[in-house]
Amino acid sequence: MNYLPHTDADRTHMLAACDVERLEDFFDLIPEQHRFPALDLPEPLSELEVLRELQELAESNAEASHHPCFLGAGAYHHYVPALVNHMLLRGEFMTAYTPYQPEVSQGTLQTMFEYQSMICALTGMEVANASHYDGATSTAEAVIMALNQFRGRRAKIILSATLHPQYRQVVRTYTQGMGLTIVGDDDSAADLDDIIAQLDDQTALLILQYPNFLGELEDMRGLQNAVHDVGALLCVVANPIALGMLKPPGEYGADIVVGEGQPLGIPMSYGGPYLGFFATREKYVRKLAGRLVGETVDANGKRGYVLTLTPREQHIRRDKATSNICTNQGLMATAAAIYLSVLGKQGLRKVAELCYHKAHYAADCIDVLPGFSVRRERAFFHEFALRCPGPVAEINTALFDDYGLIGGYDLGQDYAHLENHMLLAVTEMATREDIDCLVEALGEIT
Amino acid sequence: MSALGSRLEPLVYDLSRPGRSGAPLPEPDVPHAELPSDLLREELGLPEITQLDAVRHFQRLSQLNHSIDTGFYPLGSCTMKYNPRINEDAARLPGFLHAHPLQEANTVQGSLALMYELQEWLKEIGGFAGVSLQPAAGAHGELTGILMMRAYHLARGDMARHKILIPDSAHGTNPASTTMSGLEVIELPSDGRGNVDVKALRAECGEDVVGLMITNPNTLGLFEEHIEEVVQLTRDCGGLIYGDGANMNALTGVIRPGDFGFDVMHYNLHKTFSTPHGGGGPGSGPVGVSERMADYLPSPIVAIIEEGDEKEPPLYGFAAPPKTIGRMKAFNGQFGVLVRAYAYIRIHGAAGLRANAEHAVLNANYLLSKVRAEYHLPFERACLHEFVVEGRWRGAPDVHALDVSKRLMDFGFHPPTNYFPLIVHEALMIEPTETESRETLDAFADALLQIAATARDNPEELRGAPHTTPVARMDEVRAARQLVLCCRPKFLSEPAQAPYT
Repeated sequence: MNYLPHTDADRTHMLAACDVERLEDFFDLIPEQHRFPALDLPEPLSELEVLRELQELAESNAEASHHPCFLGAGAYHHYVPALVNHMLLRGEFMTAYTPYQPEVSQGTLQTMFEYQSMICALTGMEVANASHYDGATSTAEAVIMALNQFRGRRAKIILSATLHPQYRQVVRTYTQGMGLTIVGDDDSAADLDDIIAQLDDQTALLILQYPNFLGELEDMRGLQNAVHDVGALLCVVANPIALGMLKPPGEYGADIVVGEGQPLGIPMSYGGPYLGFFATREKYVRKLAGRLVGETVDANGKRGYVLTLTPREQHIRRDKATSNICTNQGLMATAAAIYLSVLGKQGLRKVAELCYHKAHYAADCIDVLPGFSVRRERAFFHEFALRCPGPVAEINTALFDDYGLIGGYDLGQDYAHLENHMLLAVTEMATREDIDCLVEALGEIT
Repeated sequence: MSALGSRLEPLVYDLSRPGRSGAPLPEPDVPHAELPSDLLREELGLPEITQLDAVRHFQRLSQLNHSIDTGFYPLGSCTMKYNPRINEDAARLPGFLHAHPLQEANTVQGSLALMYELQEWLKEIGGFAGVSLQPAAGAHGELTGILMMRAYHLARGDMARHKILIPDSAHGTNPASTTMSGLEVIELPSDGRGNVDVKALRAECGEDVVGLMITNPNTLGLFEEHIEEVVQLTRDCGGLIYGDGANMNALTGVIRPGDFGFDVMHYNLHKTFSTPHGGGGPGSGPVGVSERMADYLPSPIVAIIEEGDEKEPPLYGFAAPPKTIGRMKAFNGQFGVLVRAYAYIRIHGAAGLRANAEHAVLNANYLLSKVRAEYHLPFERACLHEFVVEGRWRGAPDVHALDVSKRLMDFGFHPPTNYFPLIVHEALMIEPTETESRETLDAFADALLQIAATARDNPEELRGAPHTTPVARMDEVRAARQLVLCCRPKFLSEPAQAPYT
């Protein structure tokens, strides 16, 4: 089937107006041997049949609404208030595009302005853009922004080993043509002191994750002085739910705060679409990538919003732009704006504390099981590293096959010193019963 | 007349009252752990509103937007066609919606099978040997492709290549993606018929060329008349061909770019395969590649790990291409967008996709036939899925394309793309798409003709437009000079009450 409105009479009339006999005549310019290839695609189906096929595929997945999920590592199962999805399905949000024409786009523009405001409040920063693709690409854009700030005079980037392994990979992919020196994570066991020791007058940026990939809260107090003493910039990759209760990176002197906005009202959806948030200090605003919404007035003095500082962007500055980003994650930023509005000041704190209490309850219960021990070098938020008596993959298989639980992330894949360590995440979605089931299962497996 | 009305909505912070909350959360069912008191924040500047406040606020905000769902949206180069609602239901099936991206492959075979099939279909549609679904948007696909082209030459020990040739009609993302890849942009002029100037191309082709980026049909909506020669010249000097697939809605089912020798092309799933644009995303920009580029695709791609048989389906999983440029994004691409594109392709089949392209081209040419007497067409040719005319008249020196655009809002239409491509004066780039009816196109043409008449008779009416939208023309200079990029909440004085301490 298709969604075309043309009747035969329409087609005849319209073709005549174009002075063309048949539809295929529009393509006469195309070399004949390449015209109208026979495509080997499955025969078309009706909507009803397609939905049935997709239902079958979807149902063959095991997922977090049927299996308690203790897997995090950068994507988290959180409660999304029903109204978020209902608002996103408003056609006026969903089927508009980039608000180039402010007079007919005040809905998107004001929503983005509110999103920017709430991201600033959450991170303790002064300006935020209207989104990147995800946390990893936000992090890569932070690197590019820092390089631009130093106009090529500094080309060393320090990545904490406890920055998400995939984010570190994306930074390296993005910057492979830029001639950078990327250090800090050569030794996967390196700690904060080790990376501080690598700061020098060639360093453009140091990136740290908070809570880090192991769920821990690093001591950020002395960090800004160390970084700023050598004239470098500090970027913190933050979990936005954790910021519902924890001091924001802005208070620790961060110059850039980025992160994965998925926990803010966006389903896990097997990895996307997510939301990269990006906040910085006002003094760096002209180096910022992406769309920015600003407040102004119309010809009659009425308040309104527009895309601003567009000369940073690719459609104006082309090869001199701060980034190539065009389409961003507009609807996902809208989801986050609605989520943060409805949860609000008390609600986000409540989610954060629920996660904290449940994760600590789980850790305390598992810690006393023979063969298991929770890594407690630092305080943690809602995720913790657990030393296991055997290979994580085997434990996960048993957890799933015998108990229907989605287990944790195998840290040994990325950290040699954490072989047989599992990263467990506990959010407000886990009931006490789910956690008790996990504890019992771990106790029985070994 | 624009249907949007003139009421504005307060900022969400202005609706806030201390003590209100819309949070639908339970009390903890586990013992309270001691909070790390020295790490806690003192204040959190978020609004305090009820669910009803939130519903009304965002509903009212939505009503200040023009959208495909509420009216014609001929924004050139953006392919604003009907977004089938079935795709929304499909992407929200719980099995897709709540799967974690790092789950073991054997627990997410449904997601992986869908991704594998979509990869195969995109290979077939474009005539490519490999596809990666990882890129998040068109520009992200461009960066992916250019990095792959760079890596290809370097892996062959061909170290001197550093130039990317880009026509002057290209999207701004093309040169921007090139710079991000550490390469140099060489701009190629267009010839008198809107094609790449072959003479200029020949002069630039040499052993320092990484490749050529080309959009076909180009941003003028015109098919590159010398495409085979352009490809051959680039290849002869050892260069690769990058296709910007932004305009594939004109040619899906009509040609396969791979058949023309394109080495890499990104698709825009949100354009060609009609996933919603979301007020600026999410998009999705999978790249298709030729045989010689397949080893460089971003990692991972979806592969069959164990072949199936009559009884058992195959086992799908992730695989890393041998010379991969690396990972472009965390996790598994814009999966929810992929589900929508899958549904769209499945519903249409080969014949439906071709019919879409043919009717997109019919609609554009029909609209052009109705307005070309009054709007100057800089390149006198039949167009494909879109066309670019000039929004200026000799008899109306003070009227600009922007005035035409703003006045169209008063007729209830979204304006075309303005001032792009840069090679056309006062450009109005119009892409009607295939899902618009003859009646809509007639009404839009009538509005354009009426505006052309007004330009001569009463230019003031255009310069003051729009007259019926929620706000009048915005002071963009003030926005840039007196930067207000976030609101400072008025009620920040009170620290958030820790609910459980």
